[in-house]
Amino acid sequence: MSLRDLSAVEQIAALEAGETTSLELVDAHLAAVEADDVEAFLAIDAEGARARAREIDAMPSRPALGGVPIGIKDALSTRDVVTTSGSRMLEGFRPVYTATCVQRLQDAGAIVVGKTNMDEFAMGSSTENSAYKNTLNPWDHGRVPGGSSGGSAASVAQRQVPWSLGSDTGGSIRQPAALCGIVGMKPTYGAVSRYGLIAFASSLDQVGPFSRTVADSALLLKHMVGRDPMDSTSLDWPGEIALPTATDMSGLRVGVVEELMGEGIEPGVKAAIEASLRTMEDLGATVVPISLPTSLSGLATYYVLAPAECSSNLARFDGIRYGPSVDADNLLDQYEITRGDLFGPEVKRRIMLGTFALASGYYDQYYGRAQKVRTLMVQEFAQAFEQVDLLASPTSPSVAFPLGDRTADPYAMYLADVCTIPVSLAGVPAISIPCGLSDGLPVGLQLAGPAFSENRLFDAAHAIEQAIAFDTRPPGLAT
Amino acid sequence: MIDESTVNHVARLARLRLTPDEQQVMREELSGILEHIDAIRAMDLDGVEPTTHVIAVENVLRPDVPRPGLSRDDALREAADVVDGSFGVPRMD
Repeated sequence: MSLRDLSAVEQIAALEAGETTSLELVDAHLAAVEADDVEAFLAIDAEGARARAREIDAMPSRPALGGVPIGIKDALSTRDVVTTSGSRMLEGFRPVYTATCVQRLQDAGAIVVGKTNMDEFAMGSSTENSAYKNTLNPWDHGRVPGGSSGGSAASVAQRQVPWSLGSDTGGSIRQPAALCGIVGMKPTYGAVSRYGLIAFASSLDQVGPFSRTVADSALLLKHMVGRDPMDSTSLDWPGEIALPTATDMSGLRVGVVEELMGEGIEPGVKAAIEASLRTMEDLGATVVPISLPTSLSGLATYYVLAPAECSSNLARFDGIRYGPSVDADNLLDQYEITRGDLFGPEVKRRIMLGTFALASGYYDQYYGRAQKVRTLMVQEFAQAFEQVDLLASPTSPSVAFPLGDRTADPYAMYLADVCTIPVSLAGVPAISIPCGLSDGLPVGLQLAGPAFSENRLFDAAHAIEQAIAFDTRPPGLAT
Repeated sequence: MIDESTVNHVARLARLRLTPDEQQVMREELSGILEHIDAIRAMDLDGVEPTTHVIAVENVLRPDVPRPGLSRDDALREAADVVDGSFGVPRMD
């Protein structure tokens, strides 16, 4: 067993016991990061990581996260380290500050080894919208890792890092976690500061962890939550995120979302979810069907709200203050040509869709109505949580699909997030854990809870994880 | 459903210069996506309030005292063109 097979919690324990050093851990992981067999990284900070490891190794006592390496989605700003958000619009861009969540983890002893590949500006479900390269699924290099945080998910499955950060707007943490056979968590909206996260849709964006164990995700989130003066939507965290220890689910009522178990869900995915529902019953949970009819309108609602917000957020990219720029004779031409040349097709599509939905004459029909459907969604989730403690569904309707399979049909790509979007619109937390295989590819189980129920989610996910004992090692990965 | 003049109008609002090919593809793709989105136009939403923020937060205030921000050098560091300590841009017609 190599150091890279250890979970982050195990790596921290090994550091505390004096069995290894941070530099040794960083070197072991950097070798895999530099080889990058799955094309997960856009930038590598080997020297910075080694320097920080030496600093931590020299400290009289280790910080909470010990000096363990981490990968960071390229949507999160890192001071002086190139941050592109997967776009040519930010090629070579070196932020002048670090995102609050990354800073908090660095202060707690996490060491950033590099920035991970993603769909351009986090818009996509396969990472194929990256302006730079395709990331490969560690379980099958002919398939996508999911997206938009595909690099962060693949790097953890490939054991290049024990954990990483992603961002989730409509499923961009949970869906790639499912497709890569690892754990991914989207916290309650507002739990983690968005300061330094390059904005896509501000009413939906949340930063969250990827890891191979539930406990590692809990540990990472524990060190990120809480109010930040730089993000007025960030929340004071009630209590503390605890490391999960539960080995049963007795007393918990689990609602199975009927609308997300029917048409459009692959049979192999459905079978794996049904098996994990039986596992939950064996663990003492009461499993009941529950109906969330508005979730069927989730995709349509999301594809008005998210593009509308993105069209506003991405107005800042004009080639003047940062990023490359195309020369022109007058200002308006410079804006239009720079944006026309440097944004990729999906980003342009969403900016157009969002601008249309907000335009005079269409606002009431699209944006205004979508905001009302969102109200129904929020109410429906609130009513559901009066009857059950957790909601269960597949994370993704399919296993990882082949590279190139959906790039010609935008709506087919959007369907990849049909199970994760309703949760995002409701603003509640959800976790995806690997629960089995379908045709040799991982299936993710999504559990959602009410706002601030992160500890309950982690405990339930931990109990299921222990019972299922899913092997997160991709079959082709050399030991 | 979306015609050429709508595409051109929206592209201008969005400050996006599209090639003629892109305009054509955009017209087809947006029309296709809007067909799916039209589901929400048929829903009964009378009396439903819009949601802008999912978790209730009161107005967030802080004392009105100065605090450090970005330095001018930092703010200009990534700019394509800097003129006399400011962002340089082409003239506006």
